[in-house]
Amino acid sequence: MVNLANPTAFVEVARRLLPWLAAATAALFVAGLWLSFAAPPDYQQGETVKIMYLHVPAAWMATFVYAVMTAAALGTLVWRHPLADAAQKAAAPLGAGFTFICLVTGSLWGKPMWGTYWVWDARLTSVLALFIIYLGIMALWRAIDDPGRAAKAAAILTLAGAVDLPIIKFSVDWWNTLHQPASVFRLGGPTIAPSLLLPLIVMALAFTGLFLTLHLMAIQNEILRRRIARVTMLAAHEGDRLAPGLAAGGA
Amino acid sequence: MMAGPHLGFIVAAYAVAALTIGAMIAWVVLDSRRLNTELARATRALDRAKGGAKGEVR
Repeated sequence: MVNLANPTAFVEVARRLLPWLAAATAALFVAGLWLSFAAPPDYQQGETVKIMYLHVPAAWMATFVYAVMTAAALGTLVWRHPLADAAQKAAAPLGAGFTFICLVTGSLWGKPMWGTYWVWDARLTSVLALFIIYLGIMALWRAIDDPGRAAKAAAILTLAGAVDLPIIKFSVDWWNTLHQPASVFRLGGPTIAPSLLLPLIVMALAFTGLFLTLHLMAIQNEILRRRIARVTMLAAHEGDRLAPGLAAGGA
Repeated sequence: MMAGPHLGFIVAAYAVAALTIGAMIAWVVLDSRRLNTELARATRALDRAKGGAKGEVR
């Protein structure tokens, strides 16, 4: 079995996997968008339901990416996996992107359906908090120069922020919210008509494929960044080793 | 799709999602290109430094 903890082996596996993953993601987006626009209007929301084919998958990805980051944070702090911090760092901007899509599309759906772009309801506020946590983690990575210290600090912040995940999930059950409760992943099965559920599932798979593709590429970038730092340091070391000799020869 | 009264909201939602996804893809792809160029430059610098060191030994 390939040792994925080895960065060189990981890059090789990712290099082989990426074209297939990217092609599958593109095909899923084409199918998902076609199904979304061919789907009938909802009996209550009308055509506005089409925004849900973006909003719901983006919301799922916002929390899924954070769950991946939480696992990576544990990998950094507990198991000291050599790629865990790279995976955590690479996922944060992607998670922020999905959360941004979730918030904006939700807002654009809210105006015609609820009559307002925003309410400080538990679900909306907890997702906004998730977006701010993503930005905070990205800022923390940039604020600390030493990569080892930055990885530990970001892992601790990620674990602390994970408390927001159950709050997001159960906010619609714990509090009276304007946001509707779960309608797909619930005991008793989905409450959505199959003609509306199919495009939603295909779009969710497309969003998942997009995350996996971009995450693999971004981890490769982190590995490259470390190689550059190592090679630059070696070059500087060689230069330093050579400099006294050159100085002595010149004297 | 029927052009309903909320078409503007639907178009805006898809436009924002497309732009954000485009920005995410661009960030990863452009970063990869920049890093590969930088690695090639750093490797050349290391080779030059090693070449200098060999010259010193001789």
